[in-house]
Amino acid sequence: MPDTVLAALRQQFRTWLFRPKIDSGTVTLNQRRIFIIPTRQGIGFVVVLLVMLLGDINYNLSLGYVLTFLLGTTALMTMLHTFRNMAQLEIRAGHAEAVFAGDTAQFVFHFHNNGRLARYHIVLHDADGHSVTFDLPARQSTQVKLPIPAVRRGWLESGRLTLLTEFPLGLYHAWSYLQFDTRCLIYPRPAAPQPLPVGSAQSGAGKFNVAGDEDFSGLRSYVAGDAIPRIAWKALAREQGLQVKQFSAQQGQELWLEWALLPAHPAERKLEILTRWVLDADAQGLLYGLRLPDLELSPQQGVSHRAECLRALALCGLPK
Amino acid sequence: MKLDTRLVYGLLVCVLLISAPHASHLPLWVSSLSAVLLGWRAYLAYSNKPLPPRWLLLAVVAGSLLGILLSFHTLFGREAGVTLLILLAALKLLELRSARDATIVIYLACFVIITRFFYSQSLLTALLMLVTLLVIVTTWIHLQSTGLSLRPRLRIASVMLLQAIPLTLILFVLFPRVQGPLWGLPQDAYTSSGLDDKMSPGSVSNLTLSDAVAFRVAFKDKPPQRGQMYWRGPVLWDFDGHTWTTGPIRFGRLKPVQLDNLAFPIDYTVTLEPHNKNWLFALEMPTRISVPAGMTFDFQVQQKLPVTSRLRYDAHSQLGFRANAEEDLRQLQRALMLPRGLNPQAQKLAAEWRASAVTGEAVMRTALDYFSREGFQYSLSPAPAGEQEIDDFLFVTRKGFCEHYASSFVFLMRAAGVPARVVTGYQGGEYNDLGNYYIVRQSDAHAWAEVWLRGRGWVRVDPTAAIAPARVELGVAAALPASDSAALPLIVQAQSPGLIGLPPWLINLRFNLDTLTNQWNQWVLGYNPERQFAFLTRMGMEAITWQRMAFTMLGGVALLVGIFTLFMLRQLAVRNTDEALRLYLKFCRKLASKGIERDAHEGPQDFAARAAQMQPKLAPAIADITARYVALRYGNQTDKEVLAALRRAVRNF
Repeated sequence: MPDTVLAALRQQFRTWLFRPKIDSGTVTLNQRRIFIIPTRQGIGFVVVLLVMLLGDINYNLSLGYVLTFLLGTTALMTMLHTFRNMAQLEIRAGHAEAVFAGDTAQFVFHFHNNGRLARYHIVLHDADGHSVTFDLPARQSTQVKLPIPAVRRGWLESGRLTLLTEFPLGLYHAWSYLQFDTRCLIYPRPAAPQPLPVGSAQSGAGKFNVAGDEDFSGLRSYVAGDAIPRIAWKALAREQGLQVKQFSAQQGQELWLEWALLPAHPAERKLEILTRWVLDADAQGLLYGLRLPDLELSPQQGVSHRAECLRALALCGLPK
Repeated sequence: MKLDTRLVYGLLVCVLLISAPHASHLPLWVSSLSAVLLGWRAYLAYSNKPLPPRWLLLAVVAGSLLGILLSFHTLFGREAGVTLLILLAALKLLELRSARDATIVIYLACFVIITRFFYSQSLLTALLMLVTLLVIVTTWIHLQSTGLSLRPRLRIASVMLLQAIPLTLILFVLFPRVQGPLWGLPQDAYTSSGLDDKMSPGSVSNLTLSDAVAFRVAFKDKPPQRGQMYWRGPVLWDFDGHTWTTGPIRFGRLKPVQLDNLAFPIDYTVTLEPHNKNWLFALEMPTRISVPAGMTFDFQVQQKLPVTSRLRYDAHSQLGFRANAEEDLRQLQRALMLPRGLNPQAQKLAAEWRASAVTGEAVMRTALDYFSREGFQYSLSPAPAGEQEIDDFLFVTRKGFCEHYASSFVFLMRAAGVPARVVTGYQGGEYNDLGNYYIVRQSDAHAWAEVWLRGRGWVRVDPTAAIAPARVELGVAAALPASDSAALPLIVQAQSPGLIGLPPWLINLRFNLDTLTNQWNQWVLGYNPERQFAFLTRMGMEAITWQRMAFTMLGGVALLVGIFTLFMLRQLAVRNTDEALRLYLKFCRKLASKGIERDAHEGPQDFAARAAQMQPKLAPAIADITARYVALRYGNQTDKEVLAALRRAVRNF
């Protein structure tokens, strides 16, 4: 019973000491945020020094005293050097690009070193031990990417990160906790290539040409995300600007990617297949819409539509 | 994890730096094995080959242990321990698999540096220690920062060591000193070369070949004549036909020594190098000494424990004296004992002298006459003697060093019925005019005789002076024939002005170095509890206790670390180094005080336009300052003149 009380007290103390707080904007590492303790090597070194001191006394080695004191005071000053290696750094969380589950999310952090001093061998790691090590030159900003594997779809939070350094001698361990409100969107893992649903095409709406890839129907100006093979290079050569060839689909219809088309599969599997379809439909330049139990996206095409669809799939059934 | 090759090279240099100075005293096989191991490791690193398997290393370790056992007959003790550490450091390099192994090598390297100080604590050793530390710390930083290049590492390491030096000074001065040893020392803790408590032919002449310093002496007033400088050491009583020994020392059972008719007092300070023996050296005859030591019945100054660290003492001697005019009969009898049946010719000669002379003094004069008349030679390389050593020397070879003369003289005296004994010690000394002190070296080792004369007590007789007066007046190099003195150390040869010596600048340099060494010895190596007390008292510290020293030490360290902290953290402070921006902000503050504040979103041009509208009188100045500022900051101009103009304009605004 006292054990649990003690553990609870310790937890309380840690909570109070480390005050987990969500950081937003720019964080400056001041002395209140940096903790420092000797490492195991540091304690080992103290033992070595004590043995040396005993030897000095026993053998009256004056020069031995000098050596022991030199090493001892160097070790003492190392604490300051280790602390200084992290102090006054400014950190801002950047945007993490969405990735598919199974890939690695890259959380981006902008470190700014305003001082005249280069910082070396700083480690940023998360609670699960994914880490990145970097140096920060003097008076420069550096972009640091922390890779964290994306396992599940949805929002991946960076969680509480630890920034630490043991530079220059590894005798002290200085660290600081960072908890930014940054998160990375994880799309569902795309299923293995599947044929697109055919039966979902709806007729009646195709009074005008629908983009397809059978017959050439003219040129339109380039939009970011258009497939490279469709760029009209000849038009570019005639100095008509960047144009894209347009084809009209024979079907001339919209493609609906529907949750309801996949009744036999578990929910996550459905999302994976839908993701695959979205990717394939987008790659083929089709006009496609997405229909999920709680959401419907009308048929469109282009990069932003694709991102919107993937986002809907990633967050399907999850809190936004 | 594979360690960076450059890190491996760095560690190799560390181990090389700590091992190499030991090569001079380690057995050859250890140095060779160590060199082979380091070379092997360097080759593996260079050719990127895998490390040797563990069983092979274990075999080498077992072989090394066996070798140490065979060489030293133990695994402990100083020599064996140092050897073991050096071999382990080299072997650990061949087992360098992780950062942890590298850390162990670094710690081991730091530790092995200290073992070097058993053998030498000279200024040069100290400099080498600093260089070694710099290399070790630089390598250590590499371990903690893979990929950082040499130059920044060297810079950081230098900064760290430079910061450590003043802190070390504080600790060195104030760390409460304890006189060691804390526990029993291994037998071989101290090497010593110096006088022994026995003398046989060759023992003093061998010493003469060493230029090691025995002690240094600073005289308070005028130094005595060189011929008067007899530094008394062990007194030898018992002779077995080959070796003279002190015999048992009998404290207290005899009458206390008496010294009277004293004249020519002299005060001086001796700094004695550790020689691992109990006796201290003083001019004949010492009457007072500043350290706890006693005087034996034969006027030797001895302390209870061997001198294992450099010892400094003040002494008072009287050059004129009468020693034990009333001597204990048992002592006089002991001073007449001779081994039975040896050296019949010498015995016969002595018997003749005794028959013809009335007093002991007359016998003594006859003997000295005999030595100076009969063509004796002073030589470092006497012909080997046979069974009857004294006879062979006196009647056949007639060539010898001071121990031969002292030994045969005392033999003759005893055979003639005059109580006599052999005294060993040092004679003379070399004056260092830069430091105003005398250096007495092993090469000044000497042996002379003392005879007891009725009414005069023990009288010093130096038979060597009878055949080679220069030995006493000028030193050993001047007294020896040229062919012999070539064998002497260079330093000792140059002492003699009569010889073709070294150029004067070299002699000067030598004195400078010795002065420096002396200061180093006095202040750094000889900084013991007494010295510390004296020094702190001189610095104005009162009621010195170890607590007070510790508090002062910690306070000093804290103060210095605080100062360092201020300087180090200032490098991180966010300061505007952009002079133009600083001036512009000052200008903005001035405008703000006039009620025109610049909004955060406002650029300099917009702000200038608005300000000019609000204060038309100031419009030209505002436009001027803004134009200069924009040119400096956005026009990529760093013209000093424009900057100066901006500064003027802002000041006058």
